Amino acid sequence: MQRDKTVLNQPAIQRSRPVELTRNEPKMELLRELVAHLRQNRTLLLEEWVARIAEAQLLTAMTQEEIFAEATLVYDSYFAALETGTFEALQAYARNLSERIIPRGVETHEVVGIVLLLRDVLARSLFAKYQADYEKLNRILDAFEPAANRVANTVAVGFVQERERVIRQQQEAIRELSTPVLQVRERLLILPIIGVIDPMRARQLTEQLLRGIRTNRAKVVVIDITGVAAMDVTVANHLVQTVEASRLLGATVIVTGLSPEIAQTLVTIGVDLGKMNTVGDLQGGIEQAERLLGYKVVTLT
Amino acid sequence: MQVPILKQGGVLIATIQAALSDADLLELRTALVRQVVRYRSSGVIVDVTAMDVMDSFASRTLLEISHMIRLRGAATVIVGIQPEVAFAMVQLGLTLEDIPTALDLEEGLAYLQQKARSIN
Amino acid sequence: MALRTGFSMSEATLIATAISELARNIVSYANQGSVTLRPVYGSNGATGLTIVASDSGPGITDVTLALRDGYSSSGGLGLGLPGVRRLMDEFDIVSKAGSGTTVTVTKWLP
Repeated sequence: MQRDKTVLNQPAIQRSRPVELTRNEPKMELLRELVAHLRQNRTLLLEEWVARIAEAQLLTAMTQEEIFAEATLVYDSYFAALETGTFEALQAYARNLSERIIPRGVETHEVVGIVLLLRDVLARSLFAKYQADYEKLNRILDAFEPAANRVANTVAVGFVQERERVIRQQQEAIRELSTPVLQVRERLLILPIIGVIDPMRARQLTEQLLRGIRTNRAKVVVIDITGVAAMDVTVANHLVQTVEASRLLGATVIVTGLSPEIAQTLVTIGVDLGKMNTVGDLQGGIEQAERLLGYKVVTLT
Repeated sequence: MQVPILKQGGVLIATIQAALSDADLLELRTALVRQVVRYRSSGVIVDVTAMDVMDSFASRTLLEISHMIRLRGAATVIVGIQPEVAFAMVQLGLTLEDIPTALDLEEGLAYLQQKARSIN
Repeated sequence: MALRTGFSMSEATLIATAISELARNIVSYANQGSVTLRPVYGSNGATGLTIVASDSGPGITDVTLALRDGYSSSGGLGLGLPGVRRLMDEFDIVSKAGSGTTVTVTKWLP
């Protein structure tokens, strides 16, 4: 268990502490005292922290037991980081924690909130312990604050980075899903486009279509843009280029479902309509594609 | 590097196997036109599958090849343009407008056969 | 190099085509010149590839005209420079009649 490991670890500072006095000696001494305090009052401070989390209504997506378990892990990594002055283990833990809690819908403000609460709880316990000795309290806080802030930073940044990674992953997945290239018959592909097309997506569409033409050995492609309300000049130009590039691969493109607005854009940019094969709706497009491929649809009576 | 030209019935097949210099391209043009005359071919297929860049000079040479061969009464089909290459070509404004294109050699042959049938 | 910088296959093809066009310009107009490639890092953290093609040829008298689609002074398709501009994200040309031309183009990673 991770908790036991961190507790049993010999603190790095103790091991490397030189016998003679160095300039860092007092600060290390203070940190050691601080860690000892955190270890002694572990259960108490943990409970206090978890109570404050509940009070602030943070991590509402998690049960009380789960919060306690996570809090224990954070607490132990916390003073391990203070003790050793190395943040790698904490960083790894923050990533791991984020991976687990992001799917539960935990928000950034909650994660930042809980680490700040822990800082507050610990600071208050230090106030209580050293209230008689103001000088000592100040020196202890000098040692505690930078380390505590760095811990808060590490955890929050770890969470945000993980979140960004998840978002990027999802964006990619959505992009893949939003541009299906469908084979409806031997050598006939349909590319239904729905929603807003920006230059980035237009490019992706083209690349996917060209690859699809090659792998499916398509001869005719119907691009249906019924679901696209408007198109700027850049994207309209891109559509024309897609048609031309498909032809270079030996495929004929039929564009269907042009809205009046898009028709207007195409006319405005002066598209050579000789190059564009357009049919009113998807059904008509498929019918024409079938004729081009030599299919004949007959009703069986 | 020379481009091998294969004779298959009434069709000549030129398969470009690597990046070509301008001189190689011009040589291909001369050789193809000469052989179309010599073998009385009805069609020419230029296979560019191996080309990973098609710039304006290469495009122009292909256009010229196709036009010269048309003047001999034969048809030219360009086959095997890679998706990435096609995309770069249209961005550059090279659309090989009036040359027929096909996915690969097989498709190119089918196109020429169909064309021959529709004439006879 | 474009692939190593992180460009996709189709973007690498665009870059290769642009380099080919720029090199062709040097060969057909100036006989002598150089093409260099280097990775660039934008202020907003973007990564890209810059190509500098420079020659000591006759230079271009009317840059605006040379950038117009369909214009060519060497009997080409007239797609060279304007085409390269379409392939890349940034395009810059400095030319002086009699002392050569430098074209600098950059493609950014999306």
